[in-house]
Amino acid sequence: MRFGVVQFPGSCDEVDAVLAAERVGEAELLWHRDADLRGVDAVIVPGGFSYGDYLRVGAIARFSPVMESVIRFAQEGGPVLGICNGFQVLCEAGLLPGALLPNTRLRFVCRQADLVVGTANSAWSGDCTTGEILSIPVKHTTGRYYAPEAMLDELEADDRVLVRYANGHNPNGSLRDIAGVVGEGRNVVGLMPHPEHAVDPLTGSVDGLKLFASAASLRV
Amino acid sequence: MLIRPKEGILDPQGVAVERALPALGFTGVSRVHVGRLVELDVEDPSQLDELCRTLLSNPLIEDYEILGDVS
Repeated sequence: MRFGVVQFPGSCDEVDAVLAAERVGEAELLWHRDADLRGVDAVIVPGGFSYGDYLRVGAIARFSPVMESVIRFAQEGGPVLGICNGFQVLCEAGLLPGALLPNTRLRFVCRQADLVVGTANSAWSGDCTTGEILSIPVKHTTGRYYAPEAMLDELEADDRVLVRYANGHNPNGSLRDIAGVVGEGRNVVGLMPHPEHAVDPLTGSVDGLKLFASAASLRV
Repeated sequence: MLIRPKEGILDPQGVAVERALPALGFTGVSRVHVGRLVELDVEDPSQLDELCRTLLSNPLIEDYEILGDVS
């Protein structure tokens, strides 16, 4: 499995994402100006502040040449993971439902959070068990998941909540404690917490590795 | 273009401003919402609506209004 990690001006977690992916496969960076995905088997849109997040988080990055290719790749069934800013970009691109709004308390939060796996039925959560708790850090200012009520009902009915913040761990006011969601085709997922920062015992948890391992075990 | 948070969506920026006002002696102010104003010159105003929908606003969370001389 060869992972491609998108790099925008303003990305900051692309190196950790490469290092995390390299624990389960090969990985390389994909420059934002280059529409060529170089034949990678899976794409990760990492955290950071793409294009400075001017205007609105993820709004400008969504129109970059690389994202046009990522959108096509996703529509053809390719596995795509959006982390934090990457999640925001995928929502703006219409690959995932909903939007991310400023945290209720308008503060930057950086802490370890317990997440409850909502579904193991996605390209990035096959190695997890529904209901399992993952300890993964969050670090963001704009992470409040929002979608209209009807859309939230539909997500739940379709088993498309990837992870929820455990009781008392919702750091941002996300509706229904949603921390990550699964796209319609189940190949695209996005989450605010950072699995790429939880892949080594040195930093307290290796739970994040499960997402990368899930994708690596897909047949491509 | 005037872009504002959609009705019913919690707007913490508006809440923070609203809470600060009484401390300054301004009373009776409610329903504060903070939006965004985008000014631009455009040759073909018929593009404005799409421009708002695709980039300047996210229709899921924001409403927009096109103001000014669009003749």
